[in-house]
Amino acid sequence: MAIPQNWRLQHQRYRLTGEVCHTCGAKLFPPRDVCPECAKPAYEPFQFAGKGEVYSFTVLSDAPAGYEAYEPYPVALVKLQEGPLVTAQLTDVDPQDVRIGMPVEMVTRKLTEDGDDGLIVYGYKFRPVLKAAANG
Amino acid sequence: MRDVSIIGIGQTEVGEHWGKSLRHLAGDAVLAAMRDAGIERADALYVGNMLSGELNGQEHLGALIADFVGLRGVEAVKIEAACGSGAAAVRMGYLAVASGLLDVVIVVGVEKMTDQKGAVTTAGLAMAADAEYEVVNGISFVSLNALLMQRYMHEYGVQHEDFAGFPINAHKNAATNPYAMFRKPISLETFKRARMVAAPINLMDSSPVADGAAAVVLAPSEVARRFQPASVRIIGSANATDSLAVHDRRDPLFLSAAALSAQKAYRQAGIGPNDVDFFELHDAFSITAALSLEAAGFAERGRGVYLAKDGEIALDGRIPICTFGGLKARGHPVGATGVYQIVEAVLQLRHLAGPNQVKNARIGMTQNIGGSGATVITHILAAEG
Repeated sequence: MAIPQNWRLQHQRYRLTGEVCHTCGAKLFPPRDVCPECAKPAYEPFQFAGKGEVYSFTVLSDAPAGYEAYEPYPVALVKLQEGPLVTAQLTDVDPQDVRIGMPVEMVTRKLTEDGDDGLIVYGYKFRPVLKAAANG
Repeated sequence: MRDVSIIGIGQTEVGEHWGKSLRHLAGDAVLAAMRDAGIERADALYVGNMLSGELNGQEHLGALIADFVGLRGVEAVKIEAACGSGAAAVRMGYLAVASGLLDVVIVVGVEKMTDQKGAVTTAGLAMAADAEYEVVNGISFVSLNALLMQRYMHEYGVQHEDFAGFPINAHKNAATNPYAMFRKPISLETFKRARMVAAPINLMDSSPVADGAAAVVLAPSEVARRFQPASVRIIGSANATDSLAVHDRRDPLFLSAAALSAQKAYRQAGIGPNDVDFFELHDAFSITAALSLEAAGFAERGRGVYLAKDGEIALDGRIPICTFGGLKARGHPVGATGVYQIVEAVLQLRHLAGPNQVKNARIGMTQNIGGSGATVITHILAAEG
């Protein structure tokens, strides 16, 4: 993706900013301005908490161009607490340990980089929810 | 609206055509279809193709191919709907002839995928998905389908091995198709031992990257009957859409565009699933075959996989699928696939399918899927007479 395309998505990539439907209250991510549930306008920004659980997952061993250096890496559909599914990589986890239903939370990580002189693209990934330290 | 028939078919062998360019492949298929139809001119040429810009550095295929096959001057345009491009182009040809505005339309689907190295082709195919919210996260097209397969196995308590019947059936049928890429049967052991691509999808769950072209000639049925006794009528044609991204679907395990396009085609044809003698479905991955059977009304939800297990998809089964090898074994040159499906259905309905013949085939259905289910085009064809 080109630099302007990435720049336009900063609020989604770094903060999971979506929208909420004025009419039926559905929470939307990605933002789309028209509610897919009731087809009414949905312009109001909505901040997602970044918590959810793994709905499905896979592990890539044949990565597309630009991502080969990271393989194998896990990708998931994450069901956010507020409703929507989001496609994202899982991080800080052994791919062997990923399970459907596993609680996860959003973190900001590097997604890819465009060669030595190009843009470094940051965005959301999800990691297993950290448990409070036993002797906290 | 006029009735529309297919009066000519042509196809190239599917495979790695190192010595042939995109225009040569398309030209071979178009000229074969024109010879089969016995025509020298046409009113229009529609080209189904997904990735010529990305993989071959070439767009503007309508004019390019029309000129190359000696049709300079005709209306010509490329039609793109990811892996559904081929059937989407057939549907445009159908609309043009049915409307009465054009009489003879040639539709060619073509894809030349081996000009680039694997990772570039993989990235190109991912363009069928949402660039901003799926692809940037490092997904490949295979991995989107793996997400569906993993969830399917989880929800319905299905094992990976239960899907083996799909590739085994596809390879068995491809073995006797001279145009197929993989003309040899595979065993359950081969399926189980295949290299993992994106868990749980392994190499034997996946259709191959390939080069190929297929073409059909469309004409009004009234004219067709006069000079092509083996013409086949299009009795249902429908294109329906869903969200581009899997995560935007209310229920990712139900291909709602496939259901919608099948229902529209059934309604137009005045038939239901029980009247269909064979079904050329879009087995890009074995999970896609299971989901298509469910969406098109041949199995209850979560039961599509058992049609393969119980042998009901074989040539002599209740609903034969992939009768010439399907995407898995005939091969999947993406923008050409939808036209291959129609060419194969015509061979069945002309009763010229040789060892692949479905006995007494009168009505065949084809379904071509773009992306992970975002564009789905269904056609229902009937033998004349």
